Amino acid sequence: MKLVIAIIKPFKLDEVRDALTAIGISGLTVTEVKGYGRQKGHTEIYRGAEYNVNFLPKIKVEVAVPADQVDSVVRTIQSTTRTGQIGDGKIFVLPVDQALRIRTGETDAAAL
Amino acid sequence: MSLRPPRGLKGAAILATALLAAQPALAGTPTPNPGDTAWMLTSSALVLMMSIPGLALFYGGLVRSKNMASILTQTFTIVALVGVLWTLYGYSLAFGDGGSLNAVIGGLGKAFLKGVGADAVAPTFTPGHVIPELAYFVFQMTFAMITPALIIGAFAERMKFSAVFLFILLWVTVVYFPIAHWVWAVADPNAIVDAATELAAATTDAAKQAAQAKIDAATASVGWLAGGLAPWMKGVGALDFAGGTVVHINAGIAGLVGALIVGKRIGYGKEALPPHSLTMSMIGASLLWVGWFGFNAGSNLEANGTTALAFVNTMVATAAASLSWLLTEWATKGKPSLLGLISGAVAGLVAVTPASGFAGPIGSLALGFIVSPICLFFVSKVKNAFGYDDALDVFGVHCIGGITGALATGLLVNPALGGVGITDYTAIDKSYAGAYDLVAQMTAQGTAVLATLLWSGIGSAILYKIVDLVVGLRAAPDQEREGLDIADHGERAYNY
Repeated sequence: MKLVIAIIKPFKLDEVRDALTAIGISGLTVTEVKGYGRQKGHTEIYRGAEYNVNFLPKIKVEVAVPADQVDSVVRTIQSTTRTGQIGDGKIFVLPVDQALRIRTGETDAAAL
Repeated sequence: MSLRPPRGLKGAAILATALLAAQPALAGTPTPNPGDTAWMLTSSALVLMMSIPGLALFYGGLVRSKNMASILTQTFTIVALVGVLWTLYGYSLAFGDGGSLNAVIGGLGKAFLKGVGADAVAPTFTPGHVIPELAYFVFQMTFAMITPALIIGAFAERMKFSAVFLFILLWVTVVYFPIAHWVWAVADPNAIVDAATELAAATTDAAKQAAQAKIDAATASVGWLAGGLAPWMKGVGALDFAGGTVVHINAGIAGLVGALIVGKRIGYGKEALPPHSLTMSMIGASLLWVGWFGFNAGSNLEANGTTALAFVNTMVATAAASLSWLLTEWATKGKPSLLGLISGAVAGLVAVTPASGFAGPIGSLALGFIVSPICLFFVSKVKNAFGYDDALDVFGVHCIGGITGALATGLLVNPALGGVGITDYTAIDKSYAGAYDLVAQMTAQGTAVLATLLWSGIGSAILYKIVDLVVGLRAAPDQEREGLDIADHGERAYNY
């Protein structure tokens, strides 16, 4: 099992959810985060005070998948969220030691 | 204003006749009319609304969310505190009779509202017209409330609540009440008109001298700025219809001094300190505009054409100033901002305040257009050049806007520029039309501006130092980082 973590632009969230549902992924977790990579921030001006805002709003999507579906999930997320502009985000894949469905007690692949 | 017998003059005879002249010599004692009274009470409510929630939200939205409750609490507390102090002794010091000291301060004759009952009356600017003195008392109270509340914007987000409380208590007593007296303790028009009528009817030299003495007594028993009593003013009083000097220059300089003494916020110039809610600030600014009709038009003390003029001036100057700031920012910075737009509105309101009952509408329009670029220059270029942390631009908007308006009033009152002209109550056969003298009037305006800057600037500095010694001015760095809401009040403005 693997955990796929994707940092994406916020407006791409609905597309990602639809695309993952289409390939059979039935659940994911979403967090609102801030961050930066190579995308520079923007400038905000309040009266005379100029602020360089470096931390840009992003969405973090976490989805646990069986190992054989990782490639398909990563490719799906990449193709739906890519705009070609700096700031599209990143995807990380981490190993998962255990998974458990709380309600039923199912473990590992049956829990995903 | 109140009906006061002149004191400190030669002879009880003059005193006696002056006392008689203090009552308007019209058939019967005039009583307040319902329209004037209703308007004055309405205006008082409008001006209270300017403080709470108008100013509270305007300022509150501009600070970070961790300091929102701090701003709201400070504003509301100041309203409550000054309400009590005004009733106990403030009204008396500002508008009571100071006897031989009347040029600089009132006395304590009206402390605890002694003698000011439901039947007491106060004169307006129209001879023969009066309003209930209680209406005048509460109207002026709302001015005394909002002026110190304006100051807190300058040292927001780092001055302790205990320091703010103590400072404001001392400041209104030592700075606001005297300045209000200097500018607004004016002569009773009825006394002057009666004495002038007497003078015109006098046939003997003795009678003429007696009448003239009454005129001199009435015009001299006033605040020194109102009456132009300083030698270089030569009797030409400073014009300040609703408080450009008393309120805005006064609070503005006190704010700047406070910002300098308490120091910059942690992170100023390095971290982003943007407003947490421009929505709240816009609501606040809008309430300020609506309430300001009470502030300016109510300062006419009755409901007539001049009241409508002040109302209109308040509308057009603000519209022009809002537009002016918007366009200037659009041209110079590329994007017109909401914050700039509402700041322009406030700057326009401030500038038209001293001029509202004196200028014509087109003059007010022009004033609005002019004040915004000036204030924008001060809140951006000047502030950044000197590096002081006037957090909410109290100096850049209120002090500079007030100075612009106070000086412009001296020009715009000129009938040639559409103004109402100077009122001279001795000119009983010319409908009280007085003579306008540009140099003399600008001297008076400049004197009022300087006197306010000096008394408030120096006085505030001394008071800040005293408060620093007694309770300490600044919150500890950890408390400032956590936010004054928690540090001072043990609560959050927002819980989500």
